[in-house]
Amino acid sequence: MASAKKLLMDPFSDNNPITVQVLGICSALAVTVKVETALVMALALTAVVTLSNFVISLMRNTIPSGIRMIVEMAVISSLVIVADQILKAFLFDISKQLSVFVGLIITNCIVMGRAEAFALQNPPGASALDGLGNGIGYGIVLISVASIREILGFGSWFGIRLLPESYVPNGLALLAPGAFIILGLLIWLQRTITKRVED
Amino acid sequence: MEYISIAVEAIFVKNILLAYFLGMCSFLACSKKVDTAVGLGFAVVFVLTITVPVNWLISHFLLEPGALKWLSPSFNDLDLSFLTFICFIATIASMVQLVEMVLDKFFPRLYHALGIFLPLITVNCAILGASLFMAKDQMALGEATVYGFSSGVGWLLAIASMAAIRKKLRYSDLPSGLKGLGITMITTGLMAMAFMCFAGISLEKKKENISPPAVQPIDDQRNPEDN
Repeated sequence: MASAKKLLMDPFSDNNPITVQVLGICSALAVTVKVETALVMALALTAVVTLSNFVISLMRNTIPSGIRMIVEMAVISSLVIVADQILKAFLFDISKQLSVFVGLIITNCIVMGRAEAFALQNPPGASALDGLGNGIGYGIVLISVASIREILGFGSWFGIRLLPESYVPNGLALLAPGAFIILGLLIWLQRTITKRVED
Repeated sequence: MEYISIAVEAIFVKNILLAYFLGMCSFLACSKKVDTAVGLGFAVVFVLTITVPVNWLISHFLLEPGALKWLSPSFNDLDLSFLTFICFIATIASMVQLVEMVLDKFFPRLYHALGIFLPLITVNCAILGASLFMAKDQMALGEATVYGFSSGVGWLLAIASMAAIRKKLRYSDLPSGLKGLGITMITTGLMAMAFMCFAGISLEKKKENISPPAVQPIDDQRNPEDN
């Protein structure tokens, strides 16, 4: 069981997909203006990466290596279409706010990266756990960035007002440069804690 | 005139990397050397210029509601737009493959210069992103071509300048946790801030249909001091 726990927990911090593996940065920046959109995006990605890892791992012995990229792409894009349709049906407002970024889960490097690096060599159960762990690790970073941006930019968290009315919202946190700088600082913090040094 | 304003908007005002965060993965991975950065940048320009109009044709003649009526009137109500993602990504993958073969046959020197970057472009989100923005904003064919080309140029500009900055960055004394990814993100943030100055450019006959993504905040509610 220890290895299952390791599979699930490792991507939370020590091997986090965003801050350590440097995958899936695009959406981490684009959807983090509010915690709500970040949460929905994280859930969608977790579902897609878990299922795609599971499915690709089931097929791992039958996929010819020459066309494995295309097979992976087909699996991932079908799952993303399902996720997109579900979001459009039940959470229409948020799906409008996420705009093209739901479709961009297809080219999110986390999904492809985990399929290539893990699911092709490991049995379905372990692959699904790895996908789940990476999805949650991605979610943790997304929610932290979104919390900082929403608190600084709107003075609220999850739509609930935290700071007094007299607080002047800092618009920079909501704009593109703010996103880059906040994620940069977060990476600095995380790497100082885990003592990981890049040369 | 209209095409020029689309181009200026896509290159500077709404730079696909610095304003929409697309193509970050390869931007971070390939901006360590100026040569590779420029090579990859040109490959992206090339592929974007081809895939955006091709995807326009596909979405216009196959996928949109009623798009198949050229085939038979009975397809008038058919709406295949839920297949958009899978068709676009298939087009991109096969166009990249095609471009690779053509380059290999006719321009072997360019092919060897681009090397492994060509196949990697398939999973560059800037390519799929530009196609999806094109579909969302309902551009015409000419506009879509110009948009694809100039988004690529904007991306090339961003990665080439980042590579130049990182070359100097290597000699600076940074806290160990900030080295590599951390400082690159912060530098990109400063670059994005510089590019925001272009937002002040007012283009005559500004196209209304290139709308910013909904997750972007509304600028005019900002306090002037925040700049």
